[in-house]
Parts: sequence; structure tokens; C-alpha cells
Amino acid sequence: MGMTMVQKILARAAGLPKVLVGDVVEPKVDLAMSHENGALVINQFSEIYQGTGQPANVWDPSRIAIIFDHRVPAESPKTATNHKKIREFVAKQGITKFHDIRGDEGGICHQILPESGYDLPGQVIVGTDSHTTSHGALGAFSFGIGATEMASVWALGKVLNVEVPGTIKVVVNGTLPKYVEPKDIILNLIGKLTAEGANYKVIEFHGETVRKMSTSGRLVLCNMTVEAGATSGIVPPDKETVRYLKQEAGVKAIPALFGPDADAQYEQVVEIDASKLEPQIAFPHTVDNVKPVGAAKGIKVQQIVIGSCTNGRLDDLAIAAGILKGKKVARGVRMLVFPASTRIYQQALQKGYLATFMKAGAVVMNSGCGPCLGVHQGALADGDKALATTNRNFKGRMGNPNAEVYLSSSATAAASAITGEITDPRSLISEKPTRKPGRPKGSGKTQKTRNTKRKDKQGKKTVKRGRK
Amino acid sequence: MAKVALKLGDDISTDIIYPGRYMATVLPTETPQYAFVDDAEFNKKLKAKQVEPGSFIVAGKNFGCGSSREQAASCLTGWGLKVIAKNFARIFLQNSINVGLYMVICPAIEADEGDEIEIIASTPLGNPKVKNVTKGKEFDTVPLPKARQAIIDAGGLIPYTRKLILSGRK
Repeated sequence: MGMTMVQKILARAAGLPKVLVGDVVEPKVDLAMSHENGALVINQFSEIYQGTGQPANVWDPSRIAIIFDHRVPAESPKTATNHKKIREFVAKQGITKFHDIRGDEGGICHQILPESGYDLPGQVIVGTDSHTTSHGALGAFSFGIGATEMASVWALGKVLNVEVPGTIKVVVNGTLPKYVEPKDIILNLIGKLTAEGANYKVIEFHGETVRKMSTSGRLVLCNMTVEAGATSGIVPPDKETVRYLKQEAGVKAIPALFGPDADAQYEQVVEIDASKLEPQIAFPHTVDNVKPVGAAKGIKVQQIVIGSCTNGRLDDLAIAAGILKGKKVARGVRMLVFPASTRIYQQALQKGYLATFMKAGAVVMNSGCGPCLGVHQGALADGDKALATTNRNFKGRMGNPNAEVYLSSSATAAASAITGEITDPRSLISEKPTRKPGRPKGSGKTQKTRNTKRKDKQGKKTVKRGRK
Repeated sequence: MAKVALKLGDDISTDIIYPGRYMATVLPTETPQYAFVDDAEFNKKLKAKQVEPGSFIVAGKNFGCGSSREQAASCLTGWGLKVIAKNFARIFLQNSINVGLYMVICPAIEADEGDEIEIIASTPLGNPKVKNVTKGKEFDTVPLPKARQAIIDAGGLIPYTRKLILSGRK
């Protein structure tokens, strides 16, 4: 019996020839990521060493990444003090993968890690953030842990007592129709699996749609697997992974790629036909409350949010800017755009997307988690409804338990900003002249490919300039 | 024996237990004040010390889904609350074991607010049972992951890791 991706990765990390589902292993950690909650990790870490007579030094400062993103710039003296405490710890321990509040290298942890080349296929990555599932997009086994667990990792360099999880195989085939995006695939899947349907399991993505998808889209899929309860999402790495690592992340030494064994055992197989998929909406107040966009038609919204670790990447901004070009955000709607990293912010600036957003009436905010988790920026009023490209719509999520959050793709969010109510982006297709009329459908996909290509041609310069 | 202080449904997220806007507060000594803060009535009761330590929260499936914020577990231990749920979301379960929150997985639990609950710790099969004294019913429990038992026995992950460091098993 063969092994799934996660079995193979855990076997390697535990130094074993083979592991079975349910085995308990203590995998070595390749990368340990924290954000502002590093303040709590530091507290727990020093508590571990209390009375041991040993110095409280992390096991390997080069394997720890700390990225400020949840509350940037600080919204309160309390946060600013947490930031300061972390900065001092970083300096003392010699942690180099540190991204402070800066316009040249800041951003959301789940974008900073991949774009900086910190994520590599086959790695074991842990993060004190539930959306650490994202990094499976590059073929790593990457999962969220709590602060005390992280303190233990900082001390030992391994995660204690990990049960090898079972895997759900998701096979996506078919070409996505125009304005139907990776976000719609994952929302549809969460609706099918339910919020706890993948609890303790890994979701492994297969199929031609995933093979043809950019790493950016794969990050969307893996990011939201946690909303079905999954420990992690994972895409077996391939040519696209190598392209991303080399061209966009500046990685020179790419590790040997491997996929699951052909006879790997899966607990469940889910098939999705992307060509039949419609834009999806997650209704309040659970992420699995998913319906096709038509069911939300006419729901008036007061806030649109495009951004976050889920959908704040360049292709999201490109598709939204394409829809908003020459249009206006409806009066009475506040549209907020949060690029996922400052590099993406600069790229979007160069491509003119940010100017398009501002001319339309949107507010472009700094890179960070922004209003997604209701910490600061863009809180909702009592009775407000928001449509967001973020990942959670729990009661109180956007800062107010008396408001409602709906989730969608960037295309749906942009289309809805124009009308002021939840709108099927496909309804704009006829009225909007495409750049190449007569092109066969599936150009939602085509458009993305076009953007990627363009980036490839002139991108190298841009990318290099963006880095260090 | 202790009372059910709060009865909840399925998919209770960490945003309900401990809203994101209080995440700058991290210390276990400070987090309890924000436990269920958006449930004004229950939060007020906690702060007024009208909820006895040792009282139970009874919830449905997928308790603690969402964020990895450990405050959602530490804010409950601070009040001495115990949680019985049909099942728990993965990260919340791990966090709770790590910080020593008393939790019971009880898939068939039936209880209402005010019911008296007793945990029968040792049964012939070794698994604790939940007895709803008020309703006169007993319910089976699902053991916590075996892999975590050593951490529970050590009183949490901090003492457990400390022990490993001292024993040189690092």
C-alpha cells in the first residue's frame, strides 16, 4: 500500500521508511512561522525554560519566520508594545526571516512565506495561524498550531505527538468559465464537505484544473481547507511549482519533487467539474453555508472587501480592476482593497490597478489582515452586510456581532461593488467588451494566463526589483 | 457534580469564544475577561462571579472551529470552566490539552442549562462517562487522542516540554 503526500513528508521528517495513518510521529520542523501572536509564544517559551537552568534559546533561528500582519500599523499601544517585545526577541535570538511593518518587504504571512522563497516542496511547516494550510500549495505539509505548541517547537525543533492524518483526495477537472475562480472551487468544496467534514484530515488536490492553475490559485484552495476543518491542504508539486519558486520567489536550489504513490489510500474521493461551476457565495454565519451566486441576488451590501491571505494577490486585483475600470463603486458602498503584500501592492501600482480602484471610489489600504478578523480598519455598523473575498464569515468576524459577512471571489466582489448588491459577475460579460472579441469562452482562465504571461515577459525585472 | 452554565449549538467558532479584536491581549491571566464577550449576559455573569468554577459549557459539533488563537482556550481555564462537546475542531483541541482546559468528547450528550452533570471518571471500560443527574441519563465519551495523554498527564505542554529538556531528550 502506497503513501499519500502527507505520509511521505511525515515519514521523511520523522526519519522513517514508512508511516501509516494514525501512527504517532515527531516530525522535524523545517519552518516555524508566527505573527503578532509571537508575543504569546515568547511568553510561553520563557516559561518552558523557567527553573531548568538552561538558556532560553530557540533551536534554530534560521528556521523561524515572524511576520507582522494582523494589526499593522499598530492600532493600539498594547499591540505596539507586543510588536516591540517581538522585535527585541528577534534581535536577541538572531531570527532573520523577520518582516516588520515596512513598505518594501511587509505583508500577510501567507503571502510573504511563498513569495520570499521560504516555502519549499516536501517541507514540514507549522504556523501559529489557522490559515497556515496555505503553504501546501507549494507541496509542503503545513498546518496551524497554537502558541504553546509553537513555544515547544522553538525549544525542540519538532512537533510532539503528531498523528499521521488520513487524506481526502479532491479531483478537479474541466476549464473554469469566465469569472469563475479558484475561490469558487474551494467554497463549493467546503459546502459539500461541511465545516467539520475534513476535521483532522488532509485535502490533497488533483486534476487538470489544478495542474493548470497558477500557484496563486493553489494558495486559495489550500488556504481555505481549514474551513472544512482540515489539518492541511496540499497540491503535489509540479512544473508550475518550479516556475513559481524560480521566477517569483527567487529560489535557486529546488529540492527533488515527489507526489503521492499511485496506490496511496484515500479516505474519500471528491470530484468537481470546474466547467459546470457557478460563482459561489458563503452566507452568514458559517463558511459551509454555500450557495450559487443567484441565491444571493439583490442582497444589498454596505461594504466590499478585496484582499486577505485568501484573495489579495495580483491576479485577484487584476480581475477586480478589469471589472471596475471606468466604473464607479455604488454610492453607499465602502470598498476596501488590501493587497496581500507590499510587493503585490507595488506590482498593482505599476500595472495601474490601484489607480483604477481609486478612480472607481475604492479605498486602497496597506498590506495586512485588515478588517478580515475585525481587529481594526473597516469595522461594520450594526445591521451592515459586507461581501468579502476573505475566508471567514463567523458572527462577529468583521468586528461586529450585529453585522453579516458574505464571502465570494474577487470577480463577484468587484461586480457587486458597482451595483451595491450581490451580483453575478457573469452578468457583466455581454456589456463589457473583451480585449479579444471572439475568443473562445473560458477566458476567465485565459485572462489569468494572459496576465501571468505578461508578467513572465517583463516580470523578471519587476520581481527582482521587488526583492531585496 | 456541577451545573451546565451555558448550552451552545454546533460550529461555535473562536470568534464567538474570544473575538479577534481582543487578540492583542495574550496572557492567560488577562484573557478571561473577554470570554464570550459578545454574549453580554454570559460574560457579565462570569465577571460577577455568578458562574461557579467547575461549571460546564455544553456544545454541539466542531466546538472551537476557526482561528488558532490560544486565547479561546485560556479564557475558559481562567474561569475554571469545563467543556463537553459532541466533538472539537483540531487546533482548539490541541490548544486546550496544551493549556490544561478540561474537555470531554461526548457525541450523544443531552443537557440543558442548569442541569447537574457528573463525570464518572472510572468505568469498567476505562472511558469516563458523562452523567446528566437532572435528566437521569448517562452518555459514553470518546477518549482524547492517545498521543496526547502524556501531555495531559504532565499538566500541559509547558511542563511536558520542560521535562523533555531536563531529561536531555531534546
